[in-house]
Amino acid sequence: MPAEGSTSAGVTPLPSAPGLPPAIVGSPGGPDPVTGGGLLGGDPFRRRSRLFRTERGRVVTSTVSTLAVLGGIVTAFLLAPGSRQVRSVFFNAHDMWRAFIGDPHTGFYSVGKGILLNIEMFLVAEVLILVLALVIALVRQSRSPVLFPLRMLAIAYVDFFRGVPLILVIFAIGFGLPALYLPVISYQSAVVYGVGALVIAYSAYVSEVYRAGLNSVPFSQIASARSLGLRPRTALRYVVLPQAVRTIIPPLLNDFISLQKDTALVAVLGVVIEANRAAQIFSSTVFNYSGFTVAAILFLLLTIPLARFTDHLIARDRARRLAGST
Amino acid sequence: MSQVAGTGTEPSVPAPRETGAPDGRALRIEGLHKSFGANHVLKGIDLAVDPHEVICLIGASGSGKSTLLRCVDLLETIDSGRIVFFGHEITREEVDEVLVRRQMGMVFQAYNLFPHMRVLRNVTLAPVKALGLSVREAEERAMALLGRFGLADKAGDYPDRLSGGQQQRVAIIRALAMRPRLMLLDEVTSALDPELVGEVLDVIRELASGGMTMLIATHEMGFAREIATRIVFLEDGVIVEEGPPSQLFDAPADDRTRRFLGRAVGAGRG
Repeated sequence: MPAEGSTSAGVTPLPSAPGLPPAIVGSPGGPDPVTGGGLLGGDPFRRRSRLFRTERGRVVTSTVSTLAVLGGIVTAFLLAPGSRQVRSVFFNAHDMWRAFIGDPHTGFYSVGKGILLNIEMFLVAEVLILVLALVIALVRQSRSPVLFPLRMLAIAYVDFFRGVPLILVIFAIGFGLPALYLPVISYQSAVVYGVGALVIAYSAYVSEVYRAGLNSVPFSQIASARSLGLRPRTALRYVVLPQAVRTIIPPLLNDFISLQKDTALVAVLGVVIEANRAAQIFSSTVFNYSGFTVAAILFLLLTIPLARFTDHLIARDRARRLAGST
Repeated sequence: MSQVAGTGTEPSVPAPRETGAPDGRALRIEGLHKSFGANHVLKGIDLAVDPHEVICLIGASGSGKSTLLRCVDLLETIDSGRIVFFGHEITREEVDEVLVRRQMGMVFQAYNLFPHMRVLRNVTLAPVKALGLSVREAEERAMALLGRFGLADKAGDYPDRLSGGQQQRVAIIRALAMRPRLMLLDEVTSALDPELVGEVLDVIRELASGGMTMLIATHEMGFAREIATRIVFLEDGVIVEEGPPSQLFDAPADDRTRRFLGRAVGAGRG
């Protein structure tokens, strides 16, 4: 509301008609007999800004603000003293393309092909993690006295691998196992060691996600399954697990988004030519970091759709819960 | 001996015609004690139930009604005493409680339907996975029961699409699909809106008239008086008084029973 006494020129306050109630809405109303204000039509509930009220207003506003923010970032980047240098080293279109397709004659590998190996490692690791983590979670949840030693082992396992940086696990397995000269185990390819390390480390995290899911199923569901004469294993399979999995899909996908990009860490084993390693070789051959930019873009192309899908599931879940609670 | 409700009428619900155990009892509970930590919930319960009897357990919340039902269904490990089910002592160490539960149907206050399964699958799961029926047999059995209780059109729905009364009826049908010899109903109308109580009680009435042996924990005094062959009043983990409804409601012998009934009627549950 305009401050009192700021009558703008051109609007002459009319005396309010006797017998009529003071107008609340309506522009040329008279001065409010109570407040004495009643200026500019005296609409006490009028919104200050119309900007966010219409759909079009919202779109325009968000577009303008997005352009302003992005423009600011780009401008800052372009005006930076070292901008030209960074652009030619990281964002050189010619080198980005060369890194993407690879060049066997010059001696570097295709980052584009490398990402396919990342995807393969990710898919294999994901399946193994889902299985191993479930086993760990079930062992930890078990109450049987026979499984006591396994239960202790599972707790130690989860504590250990959640606490150790992934890259150290990859080093330990990738370089440690071959050095042991064990039959079979010590003679695998670096890809196997890399995937193995990812599986071992991630299973510790994912088993905790499973456990949270299992605990989220109300005990009344278990009692109900037992009262129907289902064996514990059957109740777990048909009643508890499906409900647990449903609740943990979003956090599970979240872990898989990080797994997808952590496949790049396998590069430290040196001989695995996945996207990150290909980019490393490219940069050390051509002395240009554009290969890393290509790898980053490819990883984003993989993880962003998964992230959006996760968001979609969370939103759907929320909508269902809200609908169910009525 | 056995008081068959609705004799002469065709049993409308598949309840087995009980020939009875050697002693003729469907259920015999002797000296049952149960504690949760320091909380002594059941302090020596003795109760015998004949086949086709409908026993209503009444008593304040916390008197031990639910715990007693859960002990009978072997969902709780008892501290001492024994439970004999159609001549078999089911509280022995070597008894497989899963096999016992397959012959009892339990219905809970909060329905506890499986939310991720459609109604039909809720009803067929246990017959298929526990009794080894074929899916087709189990579905026929389920559809017959759903049809009898007016829920055939809900077979394809998920439980959250159903009203509380419908969910509780499905829960009863789910238990019936196992063809139990004994039904345990644990305050099955307590979570329902008042206007939905009637449809659930109708189902129980039909079970009773079909000759189903039932142990019912309830706060519905009017319903208990109408349906029970015997009322058992519990207070503080002991059976204070038991007898036919007319005797227990109209001429209670014990002061505690009288006080409880006074309160229950005062609370509008007459």
